[in-house]
Amino acid sequence: MTQIFAYIPFINGVAADVALEYPSAAKKIDEGASLTAVVAGSGADLDKVANEMTSIYSQVIKIDNADLAYPNAEVVRKALVNILPTDAVFLTAHDTFGMDLAPGLSVKMDSAYAADMVDFEGIDGTTLKAVRQELGGAVSTHVAVDISSGAVMTVRPGSFAPVDGGSAGGSVVDKSGDAGDLSTKRKFLEIVAAEVGDVDITKSDVLVSVGRGIEDEENIEIAQELAEAMNAVVSCSRPIVDAKWLEKSRQVGTSGQTVKPKVYMAMGISGSFQHMGGVKGNPFIVAVNKNPKAPIFQVADVGIVEDILDFIPELTEAINDL
Amino acid sequence: MTSIIGPASFKFFGIFPAVILSFVLPVIGIGLFAYIMARRVAPLVRANPDSRFDQIGKRVKNLIIVWLGQIRQPRYMLAGVLHIFIFAGFLILSIRSTSLVIVGFSDGFVLPGFGGPLGSIYNFIKDYAATFVLIACIIAAVRRGIFKPKRYAVPENYGKDHTAEAVFVLGIIATLMISESLFEASELAYEFQHTGIEHFLAPLSLVWIFKGILSSASPNILQGLHIFTYFVHDLTFFFFLCFLPMGKHFHVITSIFNVFFMRVEKGKIKPVMHGVSDDKLDDLESFGVKKLEDFTWKHMLDFYSCADCGRCSDQCPANAAGRPLSPRFITIKARDLIFKNYPMSGEIYKSNLLVEDIYTEDEIWSCTTCGACEEECPLGIEYIDKIVDLRRGMVDEGMVPQSLQKPLKALEKRGNPYGKMEKKRADWAKDKEFKASYQIKDLAKEKADTLYFVDSITSYDDEIQDIARRTSIILEKAGVDFGILGKLEKDSGNEVIRFGEEMLYQDLKEQNIEAIKESGVKQIVTADPHAYNALKNDYSNLPSVKHISQVVAQKITTGELDLKPCLNPDKVYVYHDPCYLGRHNGIYEDPRQALDAIDGLTRVELEKSRDRSFCCGGGGLMLFYEPEEEIRMGVLRVNMAAEAGANVIVTACPFCLVNIQDAIKVAGKEGEMEALDFTELIEQHLE
Amino acid sequence: MEILVCVKRVPDTAENEFELNSAGNDLDRDDLVYSVNEWDNYAVEEAIQIVDKAGGSVTVITVGDDESEEVLRREMAMGANNGILLSDDAFEGSDGLGVAAILKAEIQKGNYDLILSGAQADEGAGQVGGMLAAMLDMPYASLVNKIEAGDGKITVGREIEGGNQEMNEMDLPCVLSIQTGINEPRYVGIRGIRKVASVDIPVKGASDLGLDAVNVGEAGAKTKRVDYFVPDMGDGAEMLEGSTDEIIEKLIEKLKANGGL
Repeated sequence: MTQIFAYIPFINGVAADVALEYPSAAKKIDEGASLTAVVAGSGADLDKVANEMTSIYSQVIKIDNADLAYPNAEVVRKALVNILPTDAVFLTAHDTFGMDLAPGLSVKMDSAYAADMVDFEGIDGTTLKAVRQELGGAVSTHVAVDISSGAVMTVRPGSFAPVDGGSAGGSVVDKSGDAGDLSTKRKFLEIVAAEVGDVDITKSDVLVSVGRGIEDEENIEIAQELAEAMNAVVSCSRPIVDAKWLEKSRQVGTSGQTVKPKVYMAMGISGSFQHMGGVKGNPFIVAVNKNPKAPIFQVADVGIVEDILDFIPELTEAINDL
Repeated sequence: MTSIIGPASFKFFGIFPAVILSFVLPVIGIGLFAYIMARRVAPLVRANPDSRFDQIGKRVKNLIIVWLGQIRQPRYMLAGVLHIFIFAGFLILSIRSTSLVIVGFSDGFVLPGFGGPLGSIYNFIKDYAATFVLIACIIAAVRRGIFKPKRYAVPENYGKDHTAEAVFVLGIIATLMISESLFEASELAYEFQHTGIEHFLAPLSLVWIFKGILSSASPNILQGLHIFTYFVHDLTFFFFLCFLPMGKHFHVITSIFNVFFMRVEKGKIKPVMHGVSDDKLDDLESFGVKKLEDFTWKHMLDFYSCADCGRCSDQCPANAAGRPLSPRFITIKARDLIFKNYPMSGEIYKSNLLVEDIYTEDEIWSCTTCGACEEECPLGIEYIDKIVDLRRGMVDEGMVPQSLQKPLKALEKRGNPYGKMEKKRADWAKDKEFKASYQIKDLAKEKADTLYFVDSITSYDDEIQDIARRTSIILEKAGVDFGILGKLEKDSGNEVIRFGEEMLYQDLKEQNIEAIKESGVKQIVTADPHAYNALKNDYSNLPSVKHISQVVAQKITTGELDLKPCLNPDKVYVYHDPCYLGRHNGIYEDPRQALDAIDGLTRVELEKSRDRSFCCGGGGLMLFYEPEEEIRMGVLRVNMAAEAGANVIVTACPFCLVNIQDAIKVAGKEGEMEALDFTELIEQHLE
Repeated sequence: MEILVCVKRVPDTAENEFELNSAGNDLDRDDLVYSVNEWDNYAVEEAIQIVDKAGGSVTVITVGDDESEEVLRREMAMGANNGILLSDDAFEGSDGLGVAAILKAEIQKGNYDLILSGAQADEGAGQVGGMLAAMLDMPYASLVNKIEAGDGKITVGREIEGGNQEMNEMDLPCVLSIQTGINEPRYVGIRGIRKVASVDIPVKGASDLGLDAVNVGEAGAKTKRVDYFVPDMGDGAEMLEGSTDEIIEKLIEKLKANGGL
C-alpha cells in the first residue's frame, strides 16, 4: 500500500490552503493509499494546527522542537529523514518552502523527485504518471515517476480540489522524539518585511488588476478611473512593478501579495501561474486581453478579447452612467 | 614738435625706451601662447585617429558658408546678428592688430599695400568695424548680464554658471576696440592741433567721436594717451590671445579648423576605428569610447570649439522632455575634464571610465540620434558619433539596461527586436481581405525589379502592418514590379548600430546585403525612414534606395498615380518631418508635394519643421528604453501641432506613427486629433 | 572565493512560440532558439560581483551536449574565468538526480567555497541545486535574492511569499540557487562571445568523472518525461462577443450578479 505523507505549512497557527488539497492529490495518486499529515513546528501554534488537521487527516504526525519554531527547510529536512519510512511518497507544496526543502530531501531519502505537479493519473506497477507544466505554462508534460523506493513531490497549490474538512476524526502522533539531531549550518536570522504601500490590496473586495497590456505608465490612470467607478482598488502583475509604474505593495502573485477578492478584473494580464498563484478564494474573474490565446481565459469566468486601452475607458463610462 | 612720438621712439621718463616693451610684450605673449597651444594639442595627439582630409571641396565650401558666411548664426536672430558683427569685426581688425604690434618697433608702419587708397578704404572700414564690435559687445553684455536668456543657464548638476567669463571677455574685446580707437584718435588730434591737417574719418565711428572729444586736449595728455593706449592694446591683445585657449573662447582660434573638419556626410555613423575595416573589427582590443583619449582628435577639437551658445540643447528634444541629457554639457563636461587631466604644467592624469566619471548611463541612452543639435551648431560640433561611440564602449563593458538586453538578444537570435519567429515576418501579407486582391512576391522564389524592404516594426507590429499593406497597394497602383525578402529579411539595424551594438549590426547588415544581392533587384523601396537611412547610408554597394514618399511624388509628377480630391476637406493636416527622412536625408519636399497633390487638402506647417523638426521620441530600440523624463517628446510634438491649428498629423515613419498616436492619447486629445501615416493618406486617395 | 556556477541551455521562452510537432508528443523544435537559462545569468553576474569585491575566480559548468558549449562561452564572456562541459552520450536522459550526480563528481575534484545555480529553469523543476547540496552535505538555500559574503560565513536573503525576505546565515562552503532580480546581469554581445571563442573549455565524460553509466542518463532516471501535450483546461472563460456596447452591457450584468458593482 502506498504510504503518502503530506507536509502542512502554516504561519501563525494557520495552515496553508494546500492542506485541504493534498487529500485530492493523494486520491489521484492511489485511491487506496494511506495519507498522513506531517506538521512540524513548536509550541501552541503547532498544537493548534495539528489538532485542526485531525478533522481532515486520519493520521497526523507532529514534530515539536524549538529549532523548528521557524520553518527552516534545512532543519525540517533533517527531522523528516529520521521520521519518514524509506518508501514514503512525500508531498509538499511547490512554494518557497517546498522548493527549499524537497530536492535535497529526495536525495537524503534516496527516492524519486518530481516537482510542481498539477495532476496525477494513477500508479501502474511502481510507476506513477503525473502532469506538470513547462516553458511558462505553454505546454504540459506527462512524467513517469518510479516510486519503488518512495518519492518526494511538490504539488502546485490550487491545482487540486480542496476537500471539506471536519469528518476525518484523526489522531495526532507525536514523533518529536524521533527527530534526532537538528543542528544545521544554516541559521534563520529574521524576516525583512516587504515595504508597505499606501493601499492594502488584500482588503478590497474588487480589484482592477493591470498587466503588460497597459503598455505605458500614463495609462495606469484609466485603470484608476475604472477602479474608482467600481469602488475598487488597482493591483497589478509583476512587470508593472518591475517597470516601477506601481509600487510593490500592489503586486498580486507568488512574489507579491495574495488576495482574496470577490471580483478580480484582470486587465491585460496574460495569467501566468506566478500571478494567478496570488489570486485565492475563487473570485469571479473577468479577463480582458487582446490576445485570444492568453492563458488567463482558461481560468477566468468571463473573457473579452479587446484592447484594454480602448475597452477600459468605455466600461468606466458605462458604469458611471448607471 | 609737429608730430606725436610713436611707441617705437618714445622714452618713458625721457630715458627708458618704450620699444623694449614693444618687443618684450609680443615675445612673452607669443611664447606663452605657443606653450599653451602645445599643451592643448597634447590630448589631440593621444586621441584616436579620424579621417577628415577627404572631400576637400565640400570642406572648403563649409569653410566659406558656415565659417566665413556664418550661415547658421541668424537661426537665432539677435544673438546671431551680434555674433556676425563681432566675427566680421574681428576678421577686419586682425589686420590692424597685427600691424599695430609692428608699429611698436617702427613708427608709422603700414602693411605692404596699405599705404595708398586701399589703406584709406581699409581704415574707413575698420573704424566702423571697431565701432560696431563695441556696440555689439555692449548689447551682448547687457543681454547676458541683465536679461540672461534661459538658454545660457547652467543647471545645478552640470556645474557653475558661465556668465562671468562671457562678460569678462566682452570687456576685453571692448577694451581692445576702445584702446585702438583712442590710440589713433590721440595721434590725429595731435596732428590737427599742430599742422591743421584734417584726415577724413568715418563719421560717428569711435575714432571720429574720440577725436572730437580730444580736439582741445593738451599735447601732453594726447602724447601720454597715445602711448598708454598703445600698450593697453598690446597687453590686452596678448593677454586675450593666451586667455582664449582657457575656455569657451577657444573657438575664436579653433573654429576655422573645426568647421573645415566638420561632418560632410549625413546619416552615417563613424566606423568603430578609422582605418580599421569591418572585417578586422575582431582584432580590436576595445570598442568605442571608454576613456577620454578614446575620442577621435576631431571630437576633442569639438570640445575645444564649443562656444557654449546652448543652441544644441535648446533644440534637443531629450532636453526639452526633461531627460537627463543636454548635448551642450556632453561637450562642456568633456572639455572641463580635458582641462583638468591636461593641466598647463605638470603631469597628465589618467582618465577614468567616462560613463561613471562625467557622464551617466541614462544620459547616454537618452539620445534619440535625431540630429537636431548637430544641425544647429554654428561650429559644426558633432554629437551622434560621440553618443554612439560612448554606447559602443558601454556595450563592450556590458553596461546595457535590462530593458534593452531583451530586444538585442532577440535581434541576435531572430533578426527582429520582438523575438518573433522568422517565418512570420511576411504574415502581414496573409491578411484575408488583402490576400484576396494582392499577391506579394517572395523574392526567394520569384524575381522582381524592386525590393520592398519592410523592416521589423512594419512586419510584426499588429498596429503597423497596415503600412506594409498600403505601401504594397500604392506600389501596385503605380505599376512597380516589386517583391519582399520574407523570412530572409532581417532588421535593418539602423538603431542597432546607433545603440552601440556594432557586431550585431554587422551581422544583420551582412545577412541583408546577401539576401538583397541574391534577389537581383535593381532598386529598393521602403516606407520606414530608419530602414531607408541604414540601407542608403550605413550599408554600401546596394542598388538605389527610395522612400515611398519619393516614389509617390515622382509617380504623381509623371502622371502614373492619380489622387482623388480630399476625402476630409474640413480637416487641417500638418506634416511632421521624421528625423531619418528629413534631417538625416534631406527629404523634405517629396512628402509635402504628394500631400499638396490631393485637391482641397488644407495643410499647415509646424513652426518646428524641416531641418528643425522635433523628434517624436525615437524609433527602433528607443521604443524599448524608458528614460526618466518629465513629459514625453511626442506629447510636446502633438501640442505643437495643436498650436499650429492642425487636427491630423501626417507622418511618414512607422515609429513616428506609434509615438504620436500614443502621445495623442496621453495628451488627452483623442477625438480632437489623429495621427496618420503618409501611406494611409495616399492609399485612401488613390484613384 | 572560488565560485562554481551551474548553468543550463534551454529553449528561450521569450523568443519562441511553442507548438507541438505533428505527432503531438514533443515540441516542434525546428524553429526553436536556445539560450542560457535566464536565472543562471543572474547567478553568474552575482558570482562575478562577489569575486570583483573579494577576489577569487568564477567557473561555469554545465551538463549537456556539444551545443551547450555556447552557453558556457556566453557566461565566460560575461566574466567567468573558466568553463567546464560535462558531456557524454551516457548522460542523455538524466533526471535531476542524474544531473546532480554528474555535477557532484566534478565538483568533488575542485575546491569551491560557493556553488550557485539558477533558482529554476523554464523547463526544469528547480531541483539540481538542492540535490547537489544534499549530495555534498553542504547547507543550501533556494530563491536567493541577496548575498553578503563574509569570512567563512555568508548572509543570504531568500525571496519568500508576500514579497518578504527571509534572512539566513550560512557556513561556507554552501550551495545557493539564485532568484532573478538579485542584480542586473551585464550584456553580452556577439563580440564578447567571439573574444572567448578560442579559450579552451575542457570536456569531461563519464569515465573522466569515474561515473558508472548505470547511475546516470536514462537508465538511472527515476523521473522521466513521457510526452508533451497542450492541456485541456476545461471550459475556460465564457467569452463575451459582439459590439463593445453589447459586451459592456453583458459584463455589467455579470458584475452586478457577482458583487462587482
